[in-house]
Amino acid sequence: MNLNSVLIIQNLFNGLMVGGLYALIAVGYTMVYGILRLINFAHGDIMTMGIYFAFYAVVLMKMPFFLGVIFSIFATAILGFLVDRIAYKPLRNAPRISALITAIGMSFFIESFAVVFFGSNYKSFLKTLGSNSSIIFKTYKIGKIIIPQITLYVILITFFTLLILFYIVYKTKIGMAMRAISADIPTTSLMGINVDLVIGFTFALGSALAAIAGVMWALRYPNFYPYTGFNPGLKAFIAAVFGGIGSLQGAVLGGFLLGLIEIMLITLFPSVMQYKDAFAFLILILILTIKPSGLLGKRSIVKV
Amino acid sequence: MQNENILEIKDLHVYYGSIHAVKGINVIVPRGKIITLIGANGAGKTTTLSCIAGLVKSKRGEIIFNGNDITNKPSHIVNLAGIALVPEGRRIFPNLTVYENLMMGAYKRKDKEKIKQDLEWVFSLFPRLKERISQLGGTLSGGEQQMLAISRALMSKPQLIMMDEPSLGLAPVLVDEVFDVIKKINSEGTTVLLVEQNAVGALSISDFGYVLETGRIVLEGPGEELLKNEEVKKAYLGI
Ligand SMILES: Nc1ncnc2c1ncn2[C@@H]1O[C@H](COP(=O)(O)OP(=O)(O)OP(=O)(O)O)[C@@H](O)[C@H]1O
Ligand SMILES: [Mg+2]
Repeated sequence: MNLNSVLIIQNLFNGLMVGGLYALIAVGYTMVYGILRLINFAHGDIMTMGIYFAFYAVVLMKMPFFLGVIFSIFATAILGFLVDRIAYKPLRNAPRISALITAIGMSFFIESFAVVFFGSNYKSFLKTLGSNSSIIFKTYKIGKIIIPQITLYVILITFFTLLILFYIVYKTKIGMAMRAISADIPTTSLMGINVDLVIGFTFALGSALAAIAGVMWALRYPNFYPYTGFNPGLKAFIAAVFGGIGSLQGAVLGGFLLGLIEIMLITLFPSVMQYKDAFAFLILILILTIKPSGLLGKRSIVKV
Repeated sequence: MQNENILEIKDLHVYYGSIHAVKGINVIVPRGKIITLIGANGAGKTTTLSCIAGLVKSKRGEIIFNGNDITNKPSHIVNLAGIALVPEGRRIFPNLTVYENLMMGAYKRKDKEKIKQDLEWVFSLFPRLKERISQLGGTLSGGEQQMLAISRALMSKPQLIMMDEPSLGLAPVLVDEVFDVIKKINSEGTTVLLVEQNAVGALSISDFGYVLETGRIVLEGPGEELLKNEEVKKAYLGI
């Protein structure tokens, strides 16, 4: 095998990993959009909070790392639920632009909150992992191909998490209610279902996935600070639009494609590295021009 | 003691902004009966049902169900109290299968065995639905969607089922089928509040009827009496 194909295979894994993380975050955007036609701009920041929750669970509460992550998943889910309750629920019947502005405000609020309470300096899980921190640097070697273990773990956990998500949405009762709400909120309430609880659950579920993605992001790029969620949050939003916002499958497809395209572009044309982020926007502009509903989106979503 | 009247509407007023859609109506639904509201387009029939179901709020008046005030209660609470609505336009969940649509109706019930029995029961009312059990709601024909909407409402085991123009847009054979089913549902113990433009069909199966005109009740009486009424004949029966 020549050097080029080794590089390509290695970066295929990188692309899968980054794409998977985008996908995990993107499904949070798309689920909320599917139900409320709202872009939850605070979603990336909720992911950041997920990282901090895990970090402080380990550092302050002395939880083992794994338990700290579980704690963070639940804490972040509750945060997502509360964000909806406090910020969005009062605006359900308000013009959509009000909710949108509130979402942007919520994003700033969480970022500022993190700066004030957690400090604006960089933190890292490396020290907290202690003797386990080698997990971040260990690699697998197959012939000439070298793949960091963490990359494989992230990919596996991402797949597993997405599987659980699809199970919840398509095979459980609450998932059925979520799908019903995305089609018709008033009629769902006629079924005796408290739709606000289901909407709250949707926020919680998306936030829990963001926490998982956040912790993995912070392990892979081992520093984080209050604005860490901004970039992956924005990319995941683009991924969700790329795949067709409102579509769960679309968000997953969009996430993986964006991650793979980004990484492959850098691999094949290292000189464009500095334009990596601009590239995501290029995709956004292209898809909005060519197929505004996204790869798997419905042509137009008419709300009755 | 059970109230003789399952539902009482007293001096109900509903506004959409400045539009006064329902202007102080009084309706009584005795337990075990079929009651019909008829009226022209825009008379306020849908608004009345929506208000009972908790989808729109009233400005004045009372809605008493089983002796309890349910005025302006959220719609899921009204459903849990025992009222199901077959909404105007069917409002099937297009992205859910027929089976899932039916399970949405039974969402809040815990009696799994009984749910299965009721599922078989609605399939006996509408055998066509059983054949389409795993088809998406959005792919059903209009008539099938209407059957599904009625069945979905029945799956919540309501004491009172309200139907908003269940015969609208159906082929004549199907219209008869739907009215037969309504009679059957009623004979098995469910009280029915029906809204119809098909006045003949509706009134002939009804115990009592109300005629609504621009938000007011202008006429009321037993079904067969209204059918004979000259004004009703002229306005709604095209005779
Ligand atoms: N969402 C709404 N916003 C504003 N006005 C409304 C709304 N819904 C109904 N109206 C008005 O309220 C009045 C009563 O409407 P409603 O739908 O209750 O009539 P209806 O008797 O059900 O008529 P149809 O037989 O056509 O279904 C109408 O004048 C209608 O224009
Ligand atoms: Mg109507």
